[in-house]
Amino acid sequence: MNDTVENKVEERRNFLKTGAVVAAATVAPGVLMYGVAHSRAPEEAASGNVRWGMLIDSSKCGDGCNDCVTACNTENGLSGETGPQDTQYIRKLDIKDLRNGRVHSLPMLCQHCENPPCVDVCPTGASMKRADGIVLVDRHICIGCRYCMMACPYKARSFVHEPLTDQNPEVPRGKGCVESCTFCVQRVDRDENPACVDACNSNGHMAMLFGDLNDPQSPVSLAMQTQPSTEVRADLRLNTGVRYQGI
Amino acid sequence: MANENCINQQECKPTQFWALLGLGGLVVLSSLYAFFTLEHHGHVLTGMNNQIVWGLPHVFAVFLIVAASGVLNVASIGSVFGKKLYKARAPLSGMLALSMLAGGLAVLVLDLGRPDRLVVAMTYYNFKSIFAWNMIFYNGFFAIVGLYLITLMDRNLKSYSTTVGFIAFLWRIALTTATGSIFGFLVARVGYNSALMAPMFIIMSFAYGLAVFLLVQTVMYKWNNLALDERILIRMKNLLGVFIAASLYFTVVFHLTNLYFAKQWEFERFILLEGGVYTMVFWIGQIIIGGILPLLLLFSPGARHSTGMVMVAALLVILGGMSQMFVTIVGGQAYPLVLFPGYQESSTFYDGVINTYTPTIWEYMLGMGGVGIAFVLTVIAVRAFKFLPQDDFKALETDDA
Repeated sequence: MNDTVENKVEERRNFLKTGAVVAAATVAPGVLMYGVAHSRAPEEAASGNVRWGMLIDSSKCGDGCNDCVTACNTENGLSGETGPQDTQYIRKLDIKDLRNGRVHSLPMLCQHCENPPCVDVCPTGASMKRADGIVLVDRHICIGCRYCMMACPYKARSFVHEPLTDQNPEVPRGKGCVESCTFCVQRVDRDENPACVDACNSNGHMAMLFGDLNDPQSPVSLAMQTQPSTEVRADLRLNTGVRYQGI
Repeated sequence: MANENCINQQECKPTQFWALLGLGGLVVLSSLYAFFTLEHHGHVLTGMNNQIVWGLPHVFAVFLIVAASGVLNVASIGSVFGKKLYKARAPLSGMLALSMLAGGLAVLVLDLGRPDRLVVAMTYYNFKSIFAWNMIFYNGFFAIVGLYLITLMDRNLKSYSTTVGFIAFLWRIALTTATGSIFGFLVARVGYNSALMAPMFIIMSFAYGLAVFLLVQTVMYKWNNLALDERILIRMKNLLGVFIAASLYFTVVFHLTNLYFAKQWEFERFILLEGGVYTMVFWIGQIIIGGILPLLLLFSPGARHSTGMVMVAALLVILGGMSQMFVTIVGGQAYPLVLFPGYQESSTFYDGVINTYTPTIWEYMLGMGGVGIAFVLTVIAVRAFKFLPQDDFKALETDDA
């Protein structure tokens, strides 16, 4: 008798346990998704409500510091060589004001324009802008005509001149295609900063801010609201996603 | 001997025909070898880089494409403007246009980073891209000019030739407008960014095309031991002279416009004075060899009776045309992009410096392949079909000079 009662209690316990596990498994993804709302699932399309952008303060950018470039090369599997045929997604640009001799050093990369000339001129549509403002090259339909390189005002693009080995699986590249900075889209989709920004932060310069330009409360928007920023080649009215301060 | 195969030849010259075909074939083969080598190793073997992204292959390709549209002008003057002299030359003009376009396009395609994706280029269109529009115009050109040739050469369809010829004329104007705009629409680069590019390319195409036509026509007449009638020679050489003068005029206006805009001064100083090889090719190649010398030759008294002088002038115009393409395409990229006006720029990515370009043998081979393809197609076409102009001299009398 006692045995049967204990069995029944045991069964009830098991039932409740199973029920709790099933309920947790059903509810948990929703709760977790709420917590990581900025991270995008692979099957989820990029959101047009977001516009990723960057603010670079050239006065904080270390003279001679190349950490952003090194981090970019590591993240994207670039050789880091600087021959005329080598790929560079980001470079340190030194500029000197010819009127007063003032010098600045700043990272130059794809400016992720709202109206990108590279996207306009691409014959196949391989050059494209994601809904969240990131300008990319679809390597499946790039024919390697290099017209986008002719059109880019920022010299941001490179052509892969020779076969590649030891690639980063997250950043597939290929001979005969054009490529450029992707804002480290693979990291952004995981809700991380581009590699260059993290490198700049970890060395203490904090010269690069990355975030959602459409969100007035994002650090990048707040910084742009408080101090004036410059758009490179503003005369072209491309509404770039990368802005500079301190120039 | 094998007379049935040489409708167009006064006397059959199979040895010479095969020799010419072999010569052209060798050039095409070497070009294919260059193509497969580049396809395997990548563009690392060329002198092109991330600064000079379009090089010698594009100089050849764009010249051939522009001259292809220009050579059709001879047919247009006949079909659209009713000149008998030119109507007799319409079939040859149409055939040359197709051959040269085929040659130019082949170079353009073989130079692609991913030539294996030609199908992608044909199936994915970004209609905002002037380059995509060019592809549509090129394909349409083959169809329309092909149809035009059929109406010209088939007696039963002759009545349609004026209408189709008119469409072909409009199409070729659109095509060259689009080709010039490939450069004209590059808003960021001071060397291009100009609405003048389109009309300038059209007027230059007139000169380059007519020069090619005169060259081929002269060789064909010689081949058949015929002499070109002096009246025809005079009219055609005068027309070439007008086209050269008009090209020079556009060149002057283009550079004057740049000189007027303060922000373009530095670029003009580069091209006109301090650009080294580009300055030299501009003045000696484009202006003197391609403009002034042929003008002097064509309008000297001796040219009225000398096919030789006209032929030399035509050759000079072609050389000048290649020079112009080199200065426009490569010179425009050699001058650095200005990101910060008023600042001196330097970086590991060659910002702020004059970009250097040394073409390699592979690029010459690829580019010459386009000329080879146009040559081979012309040799075969001239052999197989009746392309030698058949002049009706009585009708010529009534034609306005």
